[in-house]
Amino acid sequence: MSILVTSQTRVLIQGITGSFGARHAQLSLDYGSQIVAGVTPGKGGKFFEHGAHKVPIFDTVEEAAHQTGATVSTVFVPPPFAADAILECVDADLDLVVAITEGIPINDMIRVKQKMQGSATRLIGPNCPGIVTPGEGEHSHGGCRIGIAPGYIHKRGNVGVVSRSGTLTYEAVWQLTSRGYGQSTCVGIGGDPVNGTSHLDVLRLFNEDPETEAIILIGEIGGSAEEEAAQWAAEHCKKPIAGFIAGTTAPPGRRMGHAGAIVSGGKGTAEGKIAAMKAAGIAVAETPSVMAETLLRHWGKL
Amino acid sequence: MNIHEYQARELFQKFGVASPLGKAASTPEEAATIVKELGAAQIVVKAQIHAGGRGKGTFSNGFKGGVHVCHTADEARHLAEQMLGHALITNQTGPDGRQVNKLLVAEAVDISRELYFAILFDRTICAPMIIASTEGGMDIEAVAEHSPEKIIRIPVDPLLGLQPYQTRKIAAALDLRGSLMTQATKLFLAIYRCFIESDCTLVEVNPLVVTPDGRLLALDAKFNFDDNALYRQSAVLAMRDKAEEDPREVAASEFNLNYIGLDGNIACLVNGAGLAMATMDIIQHCGGRPANFLDVGGGATKEQVSAAFQIILGDQAVKGIMVNIFGGIMDCDVIAHGIVDAARETALQIPLVVRLEGNNVDAGKKTLAASGLALQSASSMQDAAEKIVAAVHAA
Repeated sequence: MSILVTSQTRVLIQGITGSFGARHAQLSLDYGSQIVAGVTPGKGGKFFEHGAHKVPIFDTVEEAAHQTGATVSTVFVPPPFAADAILECVDADLDLVVAITEGIPINDMIRVKQKMQGSATRLIGPNCPGIVTPGEGEHSHGGCRIGIAPGYIHKRGNVGVVSRSGTLTYEAVWQLTSRGYGQSTCVGIGGDPVNGTSHLDVLRLFNEDPETEAIILIGEIGGSAEEEAAQWAAEHCKKPIAGFIAGTTAPPGRRMGHAGAIVSGGKGTAEGKIAAMKAAGIAVAETPSVMAETLLRHWGKL
Repeated sequence: MNIHEYQARELFQKFGVASPLGKAASTPEEAATIVKELGAAQIVVKAQIHAGGRGKGTFSNGFKGGVHVCHTADEARHLAEQMLGHALITNQTGPDGRQVNKLLVAEAVDISRELYFAILFDRTICAPMIIASTEGGMDIEAVAEHSPEKIIRIPVDPLLGLQPYQTRKIAAALDLRGSLMTQATKLFLAIYRCFIESDCTLVEVNPLVVTPDGRLLALDAKFNFDDNALYRQSAVLAMRDKAEEDPREVAASEFNLNYIGLDGNIACLVNGAGLAMATMDIIQHCGGRPANFLDVGGGATKEQVSAAFQIILGDQAVKGIMVNIFGGIMDCDVIAHGIVDAARETALQIPLVVRLEGNNVDAGKKTLAASGLALQSASSMQDAAEKIVAAVHAA
């Protein structure tokens, strides 16, 4: 098994006719993922065509889910409309919504988060690269690619990866794949201060997933999600974890690209997070160049 | 984004938040006119720059103090003449100071009590949080550390908004009784409306004052805004003062580049915010000092790479450049061409180390090697950081 999604998961894309959504819909189809529907209000009845693929477009998420059996949505909708797009998935009772959109206002997200409490729908993101459960084929073809990650760098295997940053996830995945170690599932939880699924939530899922044998957890400055995950891992996680925290050199009070990457009032520092991880028995990589190596040592593979 | 004190007052007036009467003046004549309009017994004249420490600052012409109290229009005109158009140097501005183009001319109120009131976006609970204290006029972090019992925290349900009973609870805790309680409810609700409708992440009123004649007024306010919401806050965006910002950061924002200047000498150019932070970290880890944070984004174009080089090289302290690209989807060869062109356009004289990985990387490396430029290729992030640190130390 993997977590959250498998190669059989049926996925719809909100914003499939926009340039960004269309480009990544094509890449996911090429990767062999089950992209079964698109949603663009006003374009229902048309098709998204790519090679031999002909993906039906619907006006609403509810119609798309009902007629195609999609259980997961990917949101590529621009920031002013993204919160509404997420709520539409909650209303349609989807299992999972993955919000790629960067730049959603905080006020919109805190209302979405409040509204989602107690609902059956899980949110990943926003401002995230998405999820990849690698496939069995060449260059991991045939897996489930939701979002914007490069599919070919993956390999089917037993390491779970969770991160707030897209490119650092790719870096870790590539280091693993180059050393012959594959991934069960890679989850980008996003760089915004208000997100749906935390490091801790993903750790729980990896801990329960029989296919996942070891975990890489990548964090960055800002907030306290990494500390909470580390504390939980110390008591409950049965699997070896390696970690990395970006932003040791970031000046306080400045937002480092990601809306959530900021040290304020002395809180959310890299030092604090690294100390919490070490105290929890997580092997912390000294530099981002040795994330895979650190895990493999800790896991007893080197 | 930061705003000036006079702009904060204007924002408060728009939402009906009680604060001392006052206006901004751009000329000594305007300052005198505002004093006549106000008709107050005491007037305060305050230099408008974003940096703190204004009261104790010194102007480039030798005039002392960025904040003065006076009583007449003539006095205000005279003060304005010595402040406007001159740079004010404070402990936060650096040696060059900041040019003062506007003054806030306002009634100076007598104070019987100083309180603290703030609304902020609280990341832990993902909701707005009210923070209030009887200890106004001082650093709230210090109060939190030494007398945590004097700080009141009230979370707000984002779907309901701030409720009147909550404002009475805060007022009672601040011992605002009688007519002051009624004023407090009105003021707190108005600040909350301002916080939500202006997409703020922080509105901090310090101090919130009670005057001897029984008025409750927001005396000084600090605002932070959610950058993601600026697209729908044209009135807030119009308050942006680019002269107060780092010119390199202003230039970068025009090309949709995310740049933050630091004080080291090794510049970096990276795709992705997490990787960009990690690149700064690894430069420091290898014994160098990063000169900046620079994220060119997921789909960097040739034009952006070129603009990024111009901005990096505009910093005289920069003695070397490290490019770190993980081209997942983007074509490494396109990036390689961008780097080569930018290095040629800028007639690059300082060491350049390039680490490329990902999509079409072999073609990218060939392009770099064939360029004839004196750049070094690196096989990993660590290798790149070691090479650039060594090159800068050798130069």
